[in-house]
Amino acid sequence: MKISPQWLRDFVDFKVGLRQLADDLTLAGIAVESISGEGEHAVFEMDITTNRPDAMNHYGVARECSAIYDLPLKPIAPKLPVASETTAPAFPIEIAEPDLCPRFTARVLHDVTIKPSPANVTQRLALLDQRPISNAVDATNYVLWEMGKPTHVFDLDLLEGGKIIVRRAKNGETLKTLDGVERKLNSEDLVVADARRPVGLAGVMGGFDTMITDKTRNVLIESAWWDPVTIRKASRRHGLHTDASHRFERGADFESTIPSCDRVAELILQSGGGELIGGAVDVIARRLDQAPVALHLSEVHRILGEKLDAREIFRVLNRLGFDVLPERGGESDFTVRIPSWRLDVEREIDVIEEIARLHGYDKFANSLPAYAGSVVELPDAEKDGKLRSTLLALGYDEAISLTFISHQDAERFSEVPAIELANPLSEEASVMRTSMVPGMLGMLAYNLNRGGDNVRLFEAGNVFEASGATANQLKRICLGATGSAVTPSVHQPARPFSFFDLKGDVETVLHAFQHTRLAYDAQTPKYYHPGRSARAVIDGAVVAQFGQIHSDVAAARKLRQDAFVAELYLDRLYQHGLREVRYEALPRYPAVERDFSFVFADAVDFETIHQAVTALRLGELRSFAPVEIFRGGAIPVGKYSILLRAKFQSRERTLREDEVAQWSVQIAKALNALGGTQRA
Amino acid sequence: MTYTVPKLKDFSAETLDKRVAELVAALEAEVNTVASEAEWKVLRDRWMARKTGILSQINEAWLKAAPAKAKPEVGRKVNEARLLIEHHIVGKREWAAKGTLRDLMLGERLDITLPGIRRPLGAEHPIIKTMNEIVSVFRNLGYSVEEGPEIETDYYNFEALNFPPNHPARDTQDTLFIANQESKPLRDRLLLRTHTSPVQIRTMEKMKPPVRVVCPGKVHRNDAPDATHSPIFHQVEGLAVDTNITFCDLKGTLDHAMKALFGSSVKTRFYPSYFPFTEPSADVQISCIFCGGTGYRDGGRCPNCKASGWIELLGCGMVDPNVYGFVDYDARKVSGFAFGMGVERIAILKYGVDDIQLFFNGDVRFLEQFG
Ligand SMILES: [Zn+2]
Repeated sequence: MKISPQWLRDFVDFKVGLRQLADDLTLAGIAVESISGEGEHAVFEMDITTNRPDAMNHYGVARECSAIYDLPLKPIAPKLPVASETTAPAFPIEIAEPDLCPRFTARVLHDVTIKPSPANVTQRLALLDQRPISNAVDATNYVLWEMGKPTHVFDLDLLEGGKIIVRRAKNGETLKTLDGVERKLNSEDLVVADARRPVGLAGVMGGFDTMITDKTRNVLIESAWWDPVTIRKASRRHGLHTDASHRFERGADFESTIPSCDRVAELILQSGGGELIGGAVDVIARRLDQAPVALHLSEVHRILGEKLDAREIFRVLNRLGFDVLPERGGESDFTVRIPSWRLDVEREIDVIEEIARLHGYDKFANSLPAYAGSVVELPDAEKDGKLRSTLLALGYDEAISLTFISHQDAERFSEVPAIELANPLSEEASVMRTSMVPGMLGMLAYNLNRGGDNVRLFEAGNVFEASGATANQLKRICLGATGSAVTPSVHQPARPFSFFDLKGDVETVLHAFQHTRLAYDAQTPKYYHPGRSARAVIDGAVVAQFGQIHSDVAAARKLRQDAFVAELYLDRLYQHGLREVRYEALPRYPAVERDFSFVFADAVDFETIHQAVTALRLGELRSFAPVEIFRGGAIPVGKYSILLRAKFQSRERTLREDEVAQWSVQIAKALNALGGTQRA
Repeated sequence: MTYTVPKLKDFSAETLDKRVAELVAALEAEVNTVASEAEWKVLRDRWMARKTGILSQINEAWLKAAPAKAKPEVGRKVNEARLLIEHHIVGKREWAAKGTLRDLMLGERLDITLPGIRRPLGAEHPIIKTMNEIVSVFRNLGYSVEEGPEIETDYYNFEALNFPPNHPARDTQDTLFIANQESKPLRDRLLLRTHTSPVQIRTMEKMKPPVRVVCPGKVHRNDAPDATHSPIFHQVEGLAVDTNITFCDLKGTLDHAMKALFGSSVKTRFYPSYFPFTEPSADVQISCIFCGGTGYRDGGRCPNCKASGWIELLGCGMVDPNVYGFVDYDARKVSGFAFGMGVERIAILKYGVDDIQLFFNGDVRFLEQFG
């Protein structure tokens, strides 16, 4: 919104320079964003908050100046000729919806000459980027920018049936609005109608068929007060945001219908001549109730923290148009009557805000409140922190991607019902993410497309799924990796990041959590490589799935090298506490190692071998680990050779050769039972 | 001149002492010339070889040749000489060996100016890092941390924050709505929270004053992405409610926090604004950290503050009494303040980032600058 400081001078004689004025207004909450032009042509670009429709015009801003500088505010007093008593009686106005239109004021002018506005009007409107149309229409526009009160002018002769009715539209009725658009109306629309049809969409825009043209001779001026919610709904329903609707939906001044009507009449008569017919027709269907507010100095002190001078409070509120009446012996200190243009002020706190903002926020001291409570962390804060620091230490960069994905991706990367957006930004972002994998693949592709070959990322965030009528929010971490496992350099060549690099990182993460049994299976969803992906199962619950991305999926995302992803289900992982460290005495007796070289069928995996040996429950077996794996050469297809190393150690004594030999036999037997054959 | 063992003309103590002194001088001189293990071996053989060594020679030439009467004295002297020889030569061995090892290791010399092998650490995301810093400033002031859901109901995001249905202030929020909610009452309809303020309501619902919380989190707006807009961003909301919390406390708390975040020389400026859930409401500016609040730098207008000397950073205010009504607090007994700040905005300021999209595309060239 634009304000001309020169126009303000019509009402208040401020002495400061424009920059100072802009600063002072801003510090009083009437924000001046920027100043353009100079001298009489200077224009303030304003940013007036939603609650202050009264300041969205020159008179309102001038009133703020008068309060800031303690200067008198000149009244707007239109001078109209006394209407001839012989002229026709007032134009009949009927309000069928008193709740939606509490007041409708009108004036009639006859024999007006429609022509361009005089220069003093067009120049001012031009400063505000307002295009001149004709003297009658410009008069309403001028009054809107001067007083903030939207009005409308009809060609009286085009109104049929000699009356105005404010009513709801009938379903199926249409109205061509001033912008030339034919609009379908329904019973939720409030219209200004003549005897036959709607002639204006109330508070939003007038009708095309009854507008002022250069043929117009007789004019009806409308200045009404409309229910804000009704105007807001109509404006949204018809996609019509106008200067009028903007003000009406925020609340106009109930008492300004007559002055604004008079001011429009004055301007038209000044430029277009003609005759004022009768007095103002002022139909009040119901009054707005603006109850006075009781103001306590103690409450001002309790909220603001400083004792303010009662005289200053009195002065500031008076300049803003509030009537402040001392309450002698009463419960409160003052009774404050609220001006009709301040629909935002209803309660004591609203009055306190007025006092604070004109006193100046910066005049209040800075203090720190005392506090006796204690700081409580979020229940998962420690686990979140542990995971984050572990992943950072493992070399994963922390990333954030968008929360939305496409329908297609929701289906491809999850099996849960996705939550759809009603007004998505795009097709690609139409549902809340059910999986973090699409976002991660997007980020990997983004890097690969820009020459970043080695990428390690993690994102912690929420995924969402529909659960009946509600939304479930589930915490996840997603890891993404592609490129070399080591930083290639003059010292070491690149080594492709592999499934086992990723599994190692997953193991490191899971190691932080207390559990009794951790196993891996290969039952991963279709977007993973069927032979290079796994799920981690802790005590029966799947806490992670990870692996290489299926080459079809990778190709569709233009990932030109193998990509790896891990998904951690924190809701399930966090069922487990962080691992509590307990000291274990260091071994005092030497360990003994024995190697076993076996050939197994490919179907026998290491987990099976490990479980078979674990099942022997050899108390002194400290570890049983693979050392070498070999395929090909002398080993037949479908089999592999594995070197396994058992480490025995006792806490109480040095182990004897014969017992180690006996355990070795047991192990070999167990391995034979799995179909393994021992190599020489 | 190489030392050779002289024959003794007489076996007097005087002569013996003289000859032994000559021998020791020669020994020390020779030991000093040894620079390597190989040279040491030659030295050892010359002095200590079993038949031809100097030690054997003095045994032959001095002890065996001595008359019986002088033998005990000569024996004593020869033994002394033997101990000295052994001491010097064995002692020299370690030194000689070391010298060789050093040569060997110098042969293994590396170009220590080549870059090291680094195992890269992951980089913290600047938004999370900044958010953690903000939270930590308030934690130090006694604020606990709270969280809330990203998909909220109309009630928590709007109604209980004093945005009545059909209120124009809702327009400023550019809300992303969840589809298919029309059959529910308005207050139960789901949407993506547009601010972290709903956590205020959830917190006050579950605890009685005194309350001091900060609520970091992700929020969403229907903003098409460009250099200054993003449909997702992050906020840290704060709330303090107690008996006797005043507007002065609000000012002091945020002034303290801004100094903690941006340096103690930063000044704050408060001016009136409007948020439905606070009253009085304020916007807070800090003195421009680029030009020191002067509005000018590098001989021209400061682009960061558009020469105003101030940068707008956050919104705040005293909690509106209507809000207390929704959570069963007695507005006549308690008072409090709330504030909210955009993490991206602060991170952009702190790090001079010129495109908000950089935060959300996972570009490692960007992220690793924060490692
Ligand atoms: Zn600056």
